[in-house]
Amino acid sequence: MMKTLLEIKNLKTHFFTHEGVVKAVDGVSLKVDRGKTLGIVGESGSGKSVTALSILRLIPQPPGKIIGGEIYFEGQDLLKLDNKEIRKIRGKKISMIFQEPMTSLDPVFTIGHEIIETIQLHQGLNKKEAREKALEILKIVGIPDVEKRIDSYPHELSGGMRQRVMIAMALSCHPTLLIADEPTTALDVTIQAQIIKLINDLKKRFHTSVILITHDLGVIAEMCDYVAVMYAGQVVEYAEVFTLFEKSLHPYTQGLSKSIPRLNKEVEKLQVIPGMVPNLLNLPPGCPFHPRCSYNFEKCRSENPELIEIEDSHLVKCHLFTEKR
Amino acid sequence: MKWYIIKRLLMLIPVLLGVSILSFSLIHLAPGDPAITIAGEHASIQTINAIREKYGLDKPITTQYWIWLKQVLKGDLGRSIVSNESVTKEIADRFPNTFELTMFSMFFAIIIGCIAGIISASRQYSILDYSFMGLALFGVSMPVFWLGIMLMMIFGVFLKWLPISGRISMMISFQQITGFYLLDSLLTGNFEAFISSLRHLILPSIALATIPMATIARITRSSMLEVLRQDFIRTERAKGLSERMVIYKHAVRNAMIPVVTVIGLNFGLLLSGAILTETVFSWPGIGRYIVNAVNMRDYPAVQGCILFFAFMFVIVNLITDIVYVYIDPRIHYG
Repeated sequence: MMKTLLEIKNLKTHFFTHEGVVKAVDGVSLKVDRGKTLGIVGESGSGKSVTALSILRLIPQPPGKIIGGEIYFEGQDLLKLDNKEIRKIRGKKISMIFQEPMTSLDPVFTIGHEIIETIQLHQGLNKKEAREKALEILKIVGIPDVEKRIDSYPHELSGGMRQRVMIAMALSCHPTLLIADEPTTALDVTIQAQIIKLINDLKKRFHTSVILITHDLGVIAEMCDYVAVMYAGQVVEYAEVFTLFEKSLHPYTQGLSKSIPRLNKEVEKLQVIPGMVPNLLNLPPGCPFHPRCSYNFEKCRSENPELIEIEDSHLVKCHLFTEKR
Repeated sequence: MKWYIIKRLLMLIPVLLGVSILSFSLIHLAPGDPAITIAGEHASIQTINAIREKYGLDKPITTQYWIWLKQVLKGDLGRSIVSNESVTKEIADRFPNTFELTMFSMFFAIIIGCIAGIISASRQYSILDYSFMGLALFGVSMPVFWLGIMLMMIFGVFLKWLPISGRISMMISFQQITGFYLLDSLLTGNFEAFISSLRHLILPSIALATIPMATIARITRSSMLEVLRQDFIRTERAKGLSERMVIYKHAVRNAMIPVVTVIGLNFGLLLSGAILTETVFSWPGIGRYIVNAVNMRDYPAVQGCILFFAFMFVIVNLITDIVYVYIDPRIHYG
């Protein structure tokens, strides 16, 4: 069995709008190993969600379009599959949890119906067997009183419960990869911790690889093995989680680390990264981060750096390091 | 739910009372005098006064209303000034025709309107979408009487495929049981009458269906487009469901609330008689009846019809509200 489960190579997903082409994802390369968790961090609009949606080819088209790159999953390029083949992957081998549990479930069907539908679709079970399975998975994700809850409608559940249902649905067919797109952003803090713990437990139980998209570095530290930092549609740094927190190289990643409050260090004032996220319609020439970067020099303004490997499994996309080599 | 229905039915009382007062005042405010209509323009003052007295038209309006109301409460809508027949019976005779026409047109309108709307929405900005919506625009803006006349000319006069007026061929006589021609002809096993009454239904149904069909198509499209942009549609796709399942199972049911509202409103409108269509096709329905009644200033007939329309409208709206519950579990009536 290959060690690498998913490998994205030079993915480009652009949106063709009236105002111009939005390069939401522009040359992203990533790797997820079996049983491991990859975190993707970045500000809003950095292309995290679009990357995730591109994997399952769920980009709304038009206006979006994957214009280049390869996405190898278990050795197969997902971008080359026809619609029928990709549907067999969705929900079965790769499933996804979304940010908004309040609106991500169909309001007119019961949660049981939704899960049973998924199970029947991919496992060819009859309704009764599928219901048994649904009850089982709902129990696993910690829904109390499942016999009764299975016939509830989404509006009868709280946000945390709905997110558990989403997780149950996502895991009902034991996928090899789970993509969680900001699964806790819309939930309140106590529930956030429960959901993170749940995903972590289930990951171990089902040996599922996870891609966790978030802008919460605390969650990353807790859950991930590897982290990719995204900025303006590109990966600027990729490293093991420990390396990233202790020895981050890219000025943007360093800025992010400094902007989180820490208990073990006494800091007068939290630092902020100056400037604004660039408009994706009109990216600055050269490195997209250079207008906000305190280290920027001539080359940064004219040439976009390559993502290069500094040491084993630590990649960075910055001229500071291309120069050094 | 049971209590809700009872409550809604009880609310009929003030509604009907209000409607009857309004229509009573309006028709009495309108110029014209039923006594003159009956007696003829050249009748003497004495004759006219005698007729006024006979029908109680000489009394003050409030007294007339009171007399009428007392009569209605006893379940009697009064007698038509023009035909001297019971208004209740006249309405009962004509309503089945209007009902059959409504059912037929709404059947076409719902099926074709919804399908066109769904296809348009799932292929937004495609040639199909533009053509459906172009046709729908044409449909809502076309005057019904003109469309009726065109249909009659094309299918009746030139092609001679279908009859152009009336409810059934004059050559056919058969026994009426319920008043519904299609049903009665089937019940009596009179196949010839069935075919004839069905053929007579087609052109007026098409004419009448055009506007509701276009409205339904447009509202279905916009409602579907809104639903298709929602988060849960992405979830359904991420589950691996086919596009057909996503659209026809999940999106359609969510998009149905506004569509059902429009269908209900149109139903109510059509049931209270499609005045233009019934007139163009000489359809012996309730729409034509009220037009004649208004022209003749046949006060009891007008009052009776309006009361009946209001009743139908309230009932159709109640049914619509009940249907909501079955479409969307979030809707509850306590």
